[in-house]
Amino acid sequence: MAISNELDEGIDFSDIEEKYKVRLEEGFDHILVVDGVPVIDKSKFEKLSAKIAKEFTRKGAAIKPDDISMPWNDKTGKSNGYAFIEFRTADAANYALNEMHGHPFDAKHTFLVNRFTDIEKFVELTETYVEPQREEYHPKEHLRAWLADLQGRDQYVTYRGDEVSIRWHGRPSQCELAYEDHQNLRTELYVSWSPLGTYIATLHRQGIRLWGGPSFQLQARFFHPLVRLIDFSPCEQYLVTWSHEPIVVADDMPQGPRFFSPEDEGNHIAVWDIKTGHLLRSFPSIHPEGEGSKKQMAWPALKWSADDKYTARLSPGQQISVYELPSMGLQGKKSLKIEGVVDFEWCPHGEKEREDATKASKKPTESMLAYWTPEVANQPARVTLLNFPDRTVLRQKNLFNVSECRLYWQNQGDFLCVRVDRHTKTKKSIFCNLEIFRVREKDFPVEVVELKDTVTDFSWEPKGERFAIVSSSDPNLGNPGPGVTIKTDVSFYQLDRSKNDFKPLRTLAGRTTNTIRWSPRGRHVVLATVGSTSKSELEFWDLDFNSDDAIKKEAPKEEWSASIQQLGIADHYGVTDVEWDPSGRYLATAASAWTHTVENGYAIWDFRGQEIEKRLLDRFKQFLWRPRAPSLLTKEEKRTIRKNLKEYSRAFDEADAAEETTVSAELVAQRKRAVDEWNAWRVRVGEEVEEVRRARGELVARIQEETEKEQEQDKEEIEVWIDEVIDQFEEVVE
Amino acid sequence: MRPILLQGHERSLTQIKFNQEGDLLFSCSKDHIINVWFSHNGERLGTYNGHNGTVWTIDMDSKSFFLVSGSADNEMRLWSVQTGKCLFVWEFPTAVKRVAFSDDDKQVVCITEQRMGHQGAIRIFDINRDGDGTQQSLEPTSMFHPVGSKATVCAFPYMPGLILTGHESGKVALFDAQTGEEVLSNERAHMDVVTDLQLSPDRSYFITSSKDKTARIHDAKTLTVLKTFSTETPLNSAALAPNMPYVLLGGGQEAMSVTTTSLRQGKFEARFWHRVFEEEVGRVKGHFGPLNTIAVHPAGTAYASGGEDGFVRVHHFDESYFKTRPYGETEILN
Repeated sequence: MAISNELDEGIDFSDIEEKYKVRLEEGFDHILVVDGVPVIDKSKFEKLSAKIAKEFTRKGAAIKPDDISMPWNDKTGKSNGYAFIEFRTADAANYALNEMHGHPFDAKHTFLVNRFTDIEKFVELTETYVEPQREEYHPKEHLRAWLADLQGRDQYVTYRGDEVSIRWHGRPSQCELAYEDHQNLRTELYVSWSPLGTYIATLHRQGIRLWGGPSFQLQARFFHPLVRLIDFSPCEQYLVTWSHEPIVVADDMPQGPRFFSPEDEGNHIAVWDIKTGHLLRSFPSIHPEGEGSKKQMAWPALKWSADDKYTARLSPGQQISVYELPSMGLQGKKSLKIEGVVDFEWCPHGEKEREDATKASKKPTESMLAYWTPEVANQPARVTLLNFPDRTVLRQKNLFNVSECRLYWQNQGDFLCVRVDRHTKTKKSIFCNLEIFRVREKDFPVEVVELKDTVTDFSWEPKGERFAIVSSSDPNLGNPGPGVTIKTDVSFYQLDRSKNDFKPLRTLAGRTTNTIRWSPRGRHVVLATVGSTSKSELEFWDLDFNSDDAIKKEAPKEEWSASIQQLGIADHYGVTDVEWDPSGRYLATAASAWTHTVENGYAIWDFRGQEIEKRLLDRFKQFLWRPRAPSLLTKEEKRTIRKNLKEYSRAFDEADAAEETTVSAELVAQRKRAVDEWNAWRVRVGEEVEEVRRARGELVARIQEETEKEQEQDKEEIEVWIDEVIDQFEEVVE
Repeated sequence: MRPILLQGHERSLTQIKFNQEGDLLFSCSKDHIINVWFSHNGERLGTYNGHNGTVWTIDMDSKSFFLVSGSADNEMRLWSVQTGKCLFVWEFPTAVKRVAFSDDDKQVVCITEQRMGHQGAIRIFDINRDGDGTQQSLEPTSMFHPVGSKATVCAFPYMPGLILTGHESGKVALFDAQTGEEVLSNERAHMDVVTDLQLSPDRSYFITSSKDKTARIHDAKTLTVLKTFSTETPLNSAALAPNMPYVLLGGGQEAMSVTTTSLRQGKFEARFWHRVFEEEVGRVKGHFGPLNTIAVHPAGTAYASGGEDGFVRVHHFDESYFKTRPYGETEILN
């Protein structure tokens, strides 16, 4: 030490000391000013400071009475009614500020807390009122502009590689790109339209983005890291997201109603309000019982009533929890406790309900839901129709020997079909019953259709009284392997109004069909073989082929099946997805790279099975028609249009004819341009080549000439004799 | 258009070529043998024996006098077309992947593989046409190593002193034959390996095929892409059909995945595309493996395809091929 001291002498360290000096916290960020403290004498200070310290500590901002200092008015000898409190750190001070501001100390005194550093700022505040600048109004794009398309075209989105494109589909000349900007509209997993087509959602690592309007501008963002699944509510007011990773709230994450708070930590499912972007509530995801069970998580995890008023969540085997929107509070403050409940479905709203809703109906619309419970001990399996919100049981039906139930609502909410997979007593074979509830009628009558085979697919005709099923008695059913195509039968059934039961219309036997796709307007149906490596047939059927003009004329019974007609057969190799456009005019089929990598791409067909467009695109992943909102026309208006259909169609026919001529003219012109361009280029290059050759002393040209001459001279004729034995036979010559 | 099936190879074909007159068809394959056939009836004229490895590539001069071949036994050989005798052998450290004659028959360019620590090289040899052809110089007139992605195909364009190359990265470039300097390049000509490059008769433009499932026509001088033909399978070969406005493309599923894909998925067909409109006009089936190489008769009267299945199929075009005008009467220059 001594030596070093000696050495130090005479050397000026001040610059180094200056540089490395430990800077103590000089600010006053850790000091708060508390207003609204009772005015007291000096004698009471200790008591008061102890009380204040206790009050602060109770709220989680621990301080000691010593930290409080109070200025005194020397004239009166009393306090000024405010106090300074010193905290350890600025963070602690911030916390106390949030907690204690506006805290009622007693009946007369309420704390008003400010930062010490803010006081000066407030003093310097000008007294004069400055009018804030009015933000300029930016008109937003109309979110449903695409519905006003003059040609009445539909849009679709394609996702290929990592490119998202939105296209128009109409007449050949009008099939144009609607929007494509790979910098802007991108996705990392897949894309999804909202149910009415207003928004398109893209999934990113950080969360969801919604786009809309004619130029597809960003409409909303939802911050949910590593989101995998999304689901919209039917009226597109709310959005449900799911991520495999539990929610983690980091300290540096932004806060506010649009972000997760510590309460959401560990949850998987989040519910958002689309318009405000606010997080409404989050839930843990429910995994099927038993670790590693083969059952997938049920999605959508939350099922919405048709009017967006309720959403319900199933806890398998225990309860259905119904939440009211927009508060997301538990409806009636308690869940529906149902022992053993497996699945439920809300009743969809038909046109009737929608009309009622617009008429500002007298009573609040009611919702209905159906659920089923399996057999337990002595209790039979049961399907129950429940009214909501009053929770009255409308109808119950007991079922026996049930192994599995599926609930299918017709899209207008007229019928509910319960597909009951039943086993024989030995549990060796499975057959199927269809229990059909006629929901619109009094006492909810139930019809039963008994089938001997296993039903693999069921589908209601939209807005209709018919349904189609795919059934199979193939022994390979249930153990699918590569190259195994399961033989199936397709049957159509129709409600017989006179007898009030469902009669089979026609059965198409010996198919490989596994998918039924009804046109959204009913009547037309496509039977497809999807996901098979060897078969990929598409069959286009019309169920009202004869009654083109007669609108809903009751056909004689013997002719029931006569009106079913096959319109066409097509084939799309490797098809994985089949989807009608919302108008029911076109069908799109796609072979997605998510399933296999052979001949990916998509095709668009008309309702007769004529191919309109086919694109083979490698790395093609997704094709989605843009859904349409329900029509605004009333029933009467629709009827008049149908009556005068010929007049309307004339205009379209003319447009079609004009289109045809312009298309061919355009094509010819385009080809001529291409040829002219090519020829002009060839002439130009030909001259260049000549020049180069000349520069090389016509060497090559000479060689060529020579060879040509030689060729002419040396031309030799090759004669080839072919002996062909036409017939050969032996004859014995005597 | 009944094809002639040439069954002279035991393994998959690597390259086939017509001579200048089109009366002979040369084929080489992985079975070490080079065959020569009469193109009009498919009769075998003879073989060129001597290589001890896959023969990757062949080319002949415009007079059908010399044949040059490159092989995986690290040799390039010069043959007499007429006698089938090997005239000269060049030895390299690695396999020879591509050879090509210049239009004056005086030079040969060859690409050697980048392997075992040796860089891929492009060498240019002067061919001594005096005498019987056995007096050749062992040393190349120039040699250079393209930087970056290795070259897979090469040719002499009409511009003197330049070498045209196609690369593994999909690049197409022009090199100075003397200095080895890259004069011009189109880095994004293809997105994957360039598998074939064939010149137009006047060497002013060329067609390339690539594993990126497209074939493209380029201007030889500017290297700009003039036409693009997009298919759904990787392409191994592309050829220009003289006197008709078509190009022929061949390819198919990768050889390694052939056994796991059906014939239907494999696309083992020769496709005809319209050269100017970039539209497919027809397909010819026949091979049961991917097509490795396609060549068109210089007069445009026939074409031949060599497949992974070991067969060469020679198709002489029917009368209807020359008469049909699927796009109406338009004159398209060659």
